[in-house]
Amino acid sequence: MSDPRIREAMALLPDYLSQHVLIAMTALALGVLVSLPLAVLSLRRPVLRSALLGATSTVQTIPGLALLALFYPLLLALAGLSERLLGFGFSALGFLPALLALTLYSMLPVVRNTITGIEGVAPAILEAARGVGMSRRQSLLMVELPLALPVIMAGIRTASAWVIGTATLSTPIGQTSLGNYIFTGLQTQNWVFVLFGCVCAAALALVVDRLLTLVEQGLAERRRSRLVGGAVGLATLVAIALAPSFAAPARPGYVVGAKTFSEQYILAALIERRLAARGLPASRRDGLGSAVVFKALAEGDIDVYVDYSGTLWANQMGQRSVKPRAEVLAEVAQWVADRHGVRLIGGLGFENAYGLAMKAERAEALGIRTIADLARHAPTLTIAGDYEFFGRPEWAALEQAYGLAFRSRRQMQAEFMYTAAAAGEVDVISAFTSDGRIARHKLRVLADPRQALPPYDAILLVSPKRTGDAALLAALRPLVGAIDVERMRRANLKASTGETPATVARWLDGQLGR
Amino acid sequence: MPAHPAIRLERVSKRYGDAAPTLADLSLDVPARTFLAVVGASGSGKTTLLRLVNRLSDPSEGAVEIDGENVRNVAPHVLRRRIGYVFQEVGLFPHMTIAENIAVTPRLLGWSRPDITARVAELLDLVRLPADYAERYPKALSGGERQRVGVARALAARPAIMLMDEPFAALDPLTREALGADYRALHDELALTTVMITHDMLEALFLAHRIAVLDGGRIVADEPPGALLAHEHPYVRRLLEAPRNHAARLETLLGGERAS
Repeated sequence: MSDPRIREAMALLPDYLSQHVLIAMTALALGVLVSLPLAVLSLRRPVLRSALLGATSTVQTIPGLALLALFYPLLLALAGLSERLLGFGFSALGFLPALLALTLYSMLPVVRNTITGIEGVAPAILEAARGVGMSRRQSLLMVELPLALPVIMAGIRTASAWVIGTATLSTPIGQTSLGNYIFTGLQTQNWVFVLFGCVCAAALALVVDRLLTLVEQGLAERRRSRLVGGAVGLATLVAIALAPSFAAPARPGYVVGAKTFSEQYILAALIERRLAARGLPASRRDGLGSAVVFKALAEGDIDVYVDYSGTLWANQMGQRSVKPRAEVLAEVAQWVADRHGVRLIGGLGFENAYGLAMKAERAEALGIRTIADLARHAPTLTIAGDYEFFGRPEWAALEQAYGLAFRSRRQMQAEFMYTAAAAGEVDVISAFTSDGRIARHKLRVLADPRQALPPYDAILLVSPKRTGDAALLAALRPLVGAIDVERMRRANLKASTGETPATVARWLDGQLGR
Repeated sequence: MPAHPAIRLERVSKRYGDAAPTLADLSLDVPARTFLAVVGASGSGKTTLLRLVNRLSDPSEGAVEIDGENVRNVAPHVLRRRIGYVFQEVGLFPHMTIAENIAVTPRLLGWSRPDITARVAELLDLVRLPADYAERYPKALSGGERQRVGVARALAARPAIMLMDEPFAALDPLTREALGADYRALHDELALTTVMITHDMLEALFLAHRIAVLDGGRIVADEPPGALLAHEHPYVRRLLEAPRNHAARLETLLGGERAS
């Protein structure tokens, strides 16, 4: 317990665990409520039965992360529609998309086991049910469902394990969960956090499974003590989950967003500190997907976050051209204001640009200083990029400008690229210029003489509904131009060696003037 | 003398698809308080005949009447609550106690709790099971005991008619005979009308007032046991050959023993 990371993890536990329990149990309950009647309805309807099993199986083949992510744009469209037609919208971020995706995810085992369980009731029993004068409905309620109960409960228990596990993936769409430990931990090389998140999720799954078993035994053996014990246990779990949510009613303060990497966590924590210092209540939505976060800001689901000029330039504005740093900044500011009503407060003072990096001694040996030099050696070299890199226009621009053709290319978690490059597993990596590990692993960022890569100024963005919020703007303005790339690299290096974002943010705050 | 027989089958046929009819233009009257046994080879249509009476199946043509009323006028599950039904596999509900199994039809009929409790005790006594069996589950009982519960469950709502589909066929000979005799006593005591399907000719001869022989979906004989023994129909004669032979052999064996 002396490790500060464990202490920090414990401090976050009430929030993460309660949100996790809430989302998982609500999804499970909803899943069971939908699946049971559907399964029963499909019993004597072969078409419905195969459609139902087909649909729920298909959902299961979609990776959990993709399923969760798909619900965000879907709900955004629905929210827009309801705003126009009914005059009220709803938040498409966080709880709702996670709930719907997890509910769908929970359905297959419940549907399948309900059908299997009921169809597995012996014909002689069904004959007897008809013979004693039960209607179809009475036979179902008094005989078939009770006899299928163990199989149905097994399905519900499977679903609960799946939902509790998959709920960790709802972090990137803005639903706080135990996944926050895992996503933050992976980004900041904080293995204590990763492990803590996994252990908590597993423990929760085991506890819920045990409680469901109690309920099942109570129902099957009609032992009221067990039924009551299991039900009370589940209810207590949900009550504990709800308690902090009620204690902090609906988070009235500012919501600071962050994408899924440590620099973002540090900056979000820094902004939160600055707001708190001025008495402005703030909370964080960490780990939002890169595609989700700007929409979330434009919709007012978050109030402020840090993005990068080149990201918006290419991804949101669809620009292929590359212009000088100041021009890009000005055009981005204009565009976000005109198109989305978003206010660009200003640059933080450093760039986190894409660059290509090599191990310094290897670059020296091959005589590579620029990307143009690299192009000559590329056919014998391997490049690794993060999951986004090769799909981005920057990469297309680089390939075109320098005629890059590598022997092979690999995609990997950004955190592992630097060590892979240092270890010589790959020759070239896509690197971020503000990354602390460039110096730590003795990497060289190659120059870009043809200016193929757009500038990536870190910029402060404020949601449309907060553009006139003087208190917020006053708290943010001192950060403009305050962080140079050296400080950011050092901060990032601290985070990548296991310090928590909050700790690093405190250090960074101390380095800055007010 | 009531105007209508308890059960009347009026020119009923039952067809499944294009195959030869399972029952062909069959008519049968069962007066109240009669014990009718139905015998015949497998596939002769005896089970189908029985299932027409409580609408587990409906005829393709013809009518089934109970006490003069066409069964089509009654919802199947309502009809079945006034007709006892016992079959070979018994079909006790494994998740219910013996008492709950017996009480199931009275419960469906909305009897009061004290009435049900009293009735369960009465029935356990009637089918000669110990009172403390009430709280046991079916899996704790032997085959014979289970079928006694099956009979008790069928009798629970005081039906006037009992339909039995090879009820004792799966039991060992001693149990079968004891249960058969006990049931016949109940039939008389409770003034029931019983239709029992059996493939055991001796059982039919010993228990029934009348025996209907079914062959290829038709009734080829419908006689009291004594008259059946003298029947001319070749199939009936063949059916009776086996019990006759058994009796003769037994006679020889017993005679030999006495001589020695």
